[in-house]
Amino acid sequence: MKQEGNLRSYVIGFVLSIVLTLAAYALVVNHLFSLQLALSIIAGLAIVQFMVQMLFFLHLGHEAHPRWKLVVAVFMVIVVVILVFGSLWIMNNLNYRMSPTDMNNYLRGQDGI
Amino acid sequence: MSETELALEHQRADEKTVFGFWVYIMTDCVLFASLFATFAVLRGNTYGGPDGRELFSMPFVLAETLILLTSSFTAGLAMLAAHAGKRKSVLVWFALTFLLGVAFLSMELTEFAHLAAEGNSWQRSGFLSSFFTLVATHGLHITTGLLWMVVLMWQVAQKGLVNPAVRRLTLLSLFWHFLDIVWIFIFTIVYLWGAM
Repeated sequence: MKQEGNLRSYVIGFVLSIVLTLAAYALVVNHLFSLQLALSIIAGLAIVQFMVQMLFFLHLGHEAHPRWKLVVAVFMVIVVVILVFGSLWIMNNLNYRMSPTDMNNYLRGQDGI
Repeated sequence: MSETELALEHQRADEKTVFGFWVYIMTDCVLFASLFATFAVLRGNTYGGPDGRELFSMPFVLAETLILLTSSFTAGLAMLAAHAGKRKSVLVWFALTFLLGVAFLSMELTEFAHLAAEGNSWQRSGFLSSFFTLVATHGLHITTGLLWMVVLMWQVAQKGLVNPAVRRLTLLSLFWHFLDIVWIFIFTIVYLWGAM
């Protein structure tokens, strides 16, 4: 049965995960890039490693049709993205509106004030 | 029902159990997502206290990460041995996974004890409250996984690789891989982002 995976898939997953972890670590510890760029790169590396482990450790790609596991996993990712980025968006916006300096700057920028 | 039909019926039941457990794991991801969201919102709220850059020892965290990653790999090897029907290798690989898990957990508790001893417990700031909640929830899952592993190793040692045990091992290995996946994000969001 393919779903159980084989030695090769575990070894590939393990090696790729180590490389991705060390790359992200080296990048941060040596301050290789500007903050914004470094943040984007480590986020990208984490997402790649997430996919590597889903494929090679959890064998998500080897499911027989209909792919219910994949459906549930995609739904999970959608909920997680909405939850995390939605919270950050709302809280930053709230922060902005409740800060007197930012609000005054915003009001001054409006026509007629 | 003939022998083969019966075997097929059992296999279908096993697949259903594994799928049900998969749904649980995906739901657990949503629990972690809410804790990650809380952490991301509160990470700047240090209330005049120390932030991640001052608190986290990066080589220590890297070691923790590699230990957990290796344990996820050895859990995979244990499952390969289980499907090949090699009882002794199953026990050896799971024992190794267990030891690596214990090493990871002791490092995490050492870090917590260290933080608390310096007055930087969860009561210090919003940042630390959300840090402890997120990381300790993961640690609690690891603890549960370790207890489960002991019970299953005992079952395999007693009864051999017969069906309820092998099915449970499959679920445990899914759980263990999932915990390593959550840790990727803790490593990136809490520690790497915190060290910048």
